[in-house]
Amino acid sequence: MVLPLSGSWRWLFKPLVFLLCLLPALRLAWLAYSDALGADPIEALLHGSGDWALRFLLITLALSPLRQWTGWGFWLKYRRMLGLYAYFYALGHFLVWLLLDQALMWETIVPDIVKRPYITVGFTAMLLLTPLALTSTKRMMRRLGRRWKRLHRLVYVAATLGVIHFLWLVKADLREPLIYAAILVALMAWRLPRLCQIRINLA
Amino acid sequence: MLIKRNACIPSSEITDRKVWEQRRDFLRIAALAGVSLAGCAPTESEGGSREPVVHGAPIKGIVKSRYRVEQKPTDYADITTYNNFYEFGIGKSKPARNSRDFVTRPWNIQIEGECEAPGELGMEDILAGFTQEERIYRFRCVEAWSMVIPWVGFPLGDLLKRFKPTSKARYVAFETLYDPKRMPGQKRRVLDWPYREALRMDEAMHPLTLLATGLYGEALPNQNGAPLRLVVPWKYGFKSIKSIVTIRFTEKAPPCTWNQMAPEEYGFYANVNPEVDHPRWSQRYERYIGEGLFGGKHRTLPFNGYAEEVASLYSGMDLTLYI
Repeated sequence: MVLPLSGSWRWLFKPLVFLLCLLPALRLAWLAYSDALGADPIEALLHGSGDWALRFLLITLALSPLRQWTGWGFWLKYRRMLGLYAYFYALGHFLVWLLLDQALMWETIVPDIVKRPYITVGFTAMLLLTPLALTSTKRMMRRLGRRWKRLHRLVYVAATLGVIHFLWLVKADLREPLIYAAILVALMAWRLPRLCQIRINLA
Repeated sequence: MLIKRNACIPSSEITDRKVWEQRRDFLRIAALAGVSLAGCAPTESEGGSREPVVHGAPIKGIVKSRYRVEQKPTDYADITTYNNFYEFGIGKSKPARNSRDFVTRPWNIQIEGECEAPGELGMEDILAGFTQEERIYRFRCVEAWSMVIPWVGFPLGDLLKRFKPTSKARYVAFETLYDPKRMPGQKRRVLDWPYREALRMDEAMHPLTLLATGLYGEALPNQNGAPLRLVVPWKYGFKSIKSIVTIRFTEKAPPCTWNQMAPEEYGFYANVNPEVDHPRWSQRYERYIGEGLFGGKHRTLPFNGYAEEVASLYSGMDLTLYI
């Protein structure tokens, strides 16, 4: 089987993926700079960054199944980069909320995180992703050894909370968050046999 | 006609329009550049760009009203491209795009129920039969954003009186047009169509309660609820039902669309109240549309700043219960 972009082009592939993943952020930044985000630019930035955080989370979770289906090992080479992009967009989403939407008004920020379930789960998802981003280096991987794998299973929890966050904030039309939920369920269902096996082994 | 129109429209508005016209080309280029940069169209959930909007016909003989808030009106471009009007799509920028071909003539309004003289009114009768006033009102959405809108319209009470409501008429119910061919958003059942809203009789007769026929001196753009909509400035925006075809006097409290869908989130009264949170977000603050990225948040006022005029309607009622 011929790998896509094999041979002399191969070195180009990783930087290309890197730039491609950065495009949504560049686009939002450009639209913000040129005052073209519409009547409510904060909402546009919030939704834009949130959408892409979820998309990158799901793309990252799709890499393992993709490897199995295609038999190509190269998918996993991009797992760290795409996972970090998910964190990058999630952090951006959080910062837009904190700095622009809430304008650093702690008297509403703290109660919102505690009292509003959709904010609580969104905030938790962001918190859970933070140690994963921090331990994404090769050195941390080596240092944590087997524990690294266990720690990084938190991504399943974070992705689930992320999708719930989206579902709970919608007013009437659940179609879009349900698409994300369906993809997540499919990706998790694929993992189920293996995750059960781990449980059994641990017991 | 032109002279008359100029006399009725505040000069501040003309400046706004000019700025907007100049910005239009720049925005189009910027939006194009943005889209081509990412190689994909904006998604539904993003705000979307302020596309140029077709202007309505100027309304003749507008009289200035004493109801004018001090704040500067929100830009025409923002008012007409940031709309919750699910009949024309869910995203805020959808109604402006999807309502372009919506034809609002002929348009008849049925007035029925507990009244002595039920009947039908055409839009032309309404425009000719009631003095059109310009009123600059605050508009507060339940989603915690707000605008300042120079409406054109007349008090709802003036219209209701003509149909002689009986003593049984304790509420007034309103219905939006239901016609999925003309309102493509109704093809999907995201709401229980047709959109329904209602007021208590004393709320409906209150001088602040407006039937709007226009904004910025021109006929109401389709995405803002053409040709005739309700405006109740002390209540959350979803009470101000758009594109009305039926007005009905009733004895019992009529069902309202959002209230039926999620009663704990959208009350029948839906008075703007910073002390009562929406279950999913605080109502203490609001974002002023038009302030850009760094506007921050502003305190929401009880009854959206109209407490002096309307608080007495609810005296003795616990407004944390009657939301």
